[in-house]
Amino acid sequence: MRMNLPAFARDPRFSWVGMVLVAVALVALPFVVGGGFGNSWMRVVDSALLYIMLSLGLNIVVGFAGLLDLGYIAFYAVGAYLYALLASPQFGLHLPFWVILPLGAAVAGMFGVILGAPTLRLRGDYLAIVTLGFGEIVRIFLNNLDAPVNVTNGPQGIAQIDPVRIGGAALSKSQQWFGLTVPSVYLYYYLFVVLTLLVIFVTVRLEDSRIGRAWVAIREDEVAAKACGIDTRNIKLLAFAMGASFGGLSGGLFAGFQQFVSPESFSLLESIMVLCMVVLGGMGHIPGVILGGVLLAVLPEVLRSGAGIWQRALFGKILIDPESLRMLLFGLALIAVMLYRPAGLWPEARRRREMAAAGEAPGKRA
Amino acid sequence: MGVLLRAQGVSKSFGGVQALREISLSIDQGEIYGLIGPNGAGKTTFFNALTGLYSCDRGEFEFDGKPLKVRAPHEVARAGIARTFQNIRLFANMTALENVMVGRHLRTRAGVIGAVLRDRATRAEEQAIEVRARELLDYVGIAGRANDLARHLAYGDQRRLEIARALATEPRLLALDEPAAGMNATETASLRDLIEALRRDGITILLIEHDVRLVMGLCDRVAVLDYGEKIAEDVPEKVQKDAKVIEAYLGGSLA
Ligand SMILES: Nc1ncnc2c1ncn2[C@@H]1O[C@H](COP(=O)(O)OP(=O)(O)OP(=O)(O)O)[C@@H](O)[C@H]1O
Ligand SMILES: [Mg+2]
Repeated sequence: MRMNLPAFARDPRFSWVGMVLVAVALVALPFVVGGGFGNSWMRVVDSALLYIMLSLGLNIVVGFAGLLDLGYIAFYAVGAYLYALLASPQFGLHLPFWVILPLGAAVAGMFGVILGAPTLRLRGDYLAIVTLGFGEIVRIFLNNLDAPVNVTNGPQGIAQIDPVRIGGAALSKSQQWFGLTVPSVYLYYYLFVVLTLLVIFVTVRLEDSRIGRAWVAIREDEVAAKACGIDTRNIKLLAFAMGASFGGLSGGLFAGFQQFVSPESFSLLESIMVLCMVVLGGMGHIPGVILGGVLLAVLPEVLRSGAGIWQRALFGKILIDPESLRMLLFGLALIAVMLYRPAGLWPEARRRREMAAAGEAPGKRA
Repeated sequence: MGVLLRAQGVSKSFGGVQALREISLSIDQGEIYGLIGPNGAGKTTFFNALTGLYSCDRGEFEFDGKPLKVRAPHEVARAGIARTFQNIRLFANMTALENVMVGRHLRTRAGVIGAVLRDRATRAEEQAIEVRARELLDYVGIAGRANDLARHLAYGDQRRLEIARALATEPRLLALDEPAAGMNATETASLRDLIEALRRDGITILLIEHDVRLVMGLCDRVAVLDYGEKIAEDVPEKVQKDAKVIEAYLGGSLA
């Protein structure tokens, strides 16, 4: 990622030190969070990582290509249900996760193309409404696909999904590493971190490529992009497919992690949540989107636990249900951000090349 | 010198407005061909019909001896026709360099896999894209602004950037829609030099322009549109004296 770093920070030695520090922090994080605050907080971190993958996927569609998609969670659902159907007693299938995850990403990508194709001529509000409809259709399908043939088990959802297994060890049970007991939530954390880093890597590479430029060109001016020879239909479908495949990947992980899926998890509210992460963090800017994902996944939980504690300290008892207070505070925070930082908390500086000294040799971009 | 572009009976109407009526014209290889006419005459509509942004009601185009059959804008660009827009259409939040790099999209091929793996071929292609884009910025005279966002460029520089981006698609015919609009005399003079340089480099030019001196000085031939009809087509000196043309302009600016 190229960010606005001071000169010393662009020194390769610095970036190596930086990477090592980040790696150490990522490895140590569960022991700090889980050890310090309890394992329920590690669950929050795990789901935050899933949200980061989702936001980065949606960011390709909304942030790069500028296509407002309000039904994105459908692809998360596709990935999750694919995992559930292929690794649970539902059909008696128990495929390994390294088969299902790529398959889920591919199938979700296909769904992205199928749902994207009819919307190609639509823009803005109309596109938003149609994608919202598609998202709901997928959820309603999952809800009703229990008859005449029971595929999805309807509103009850699918339970007893196989956990992710690596080398015969199920991540749903704690493991002994060098005499250290590593709980299940830590194990999933490490898996999710690796895959999140992979997703970040892919997104960063895509952004700074011929394809990424074409996406941004379509966002900036579709007519001009066409006149420049971009086949906007294919390039938009590619954005839908790439975004959806990230959704499918994290959906599969979600199913393995929860070991239970039901249509409820894939409501419109979830689509809006992921969109908020992208918009609030800074549309089109990868670090901003990651920040948005972390904040919106973690903040509500902090508010939930904080709201109860403060009320007890102030009034001696709980006056307002922390759950409803949480959403209230959350809404206020969103409004404040949109008022004071309409471009998001960490918007794209789009000055990468402006930062590079003028007259720099071609092909040697910072 | 053969014919590069031939339009045959091109018509287009919007509701009641007949924007183009049976326009036929042909542009020779290597020529600078002017398209003039009063406001609302249909000049921009002709560009849009040519570049596939509008579908024609009737009529057809033939480019380089082959009919332009499939008329999606990107296919027209691939065939070798590039354009600029009357109301500048740049990718505002991309740098000048990136704008021109987008213009290379058509002539390059890296896909998702190449972008992610960044193999040797992709890296070489990216480098070539950037080198070419810088050359083109230099060609139109804004190399110093390569890293500025397009929307931060001065008006005249934005027009030049649009030309550079169009050139990046390797056109044989470059269609310019009022490139001198809003330029001062010095800028217009250097634009004229640029257009002449383009012709020397073998690019055929179709030019819409209101600046009569520029048109008359540059163009080999000029067609005049009025209410969607072609009322004259000839060398500039003759067009200037044409009675219909003078009437269309109400004896105004062409006198
Ligand atoms: N998309 C459209 N929808 C409806 N009417 C249109 C459209 N585009 C052009 N027209 C009409 O077609 C006619 C020709 O317009 P056009 O833009 O081609 O004129 P022009 O010769 O480029 O004029 P100018 O010199 O002002 O740019 C005008 O009457 C205009 O109102
Ligand atoms: Mg016009």
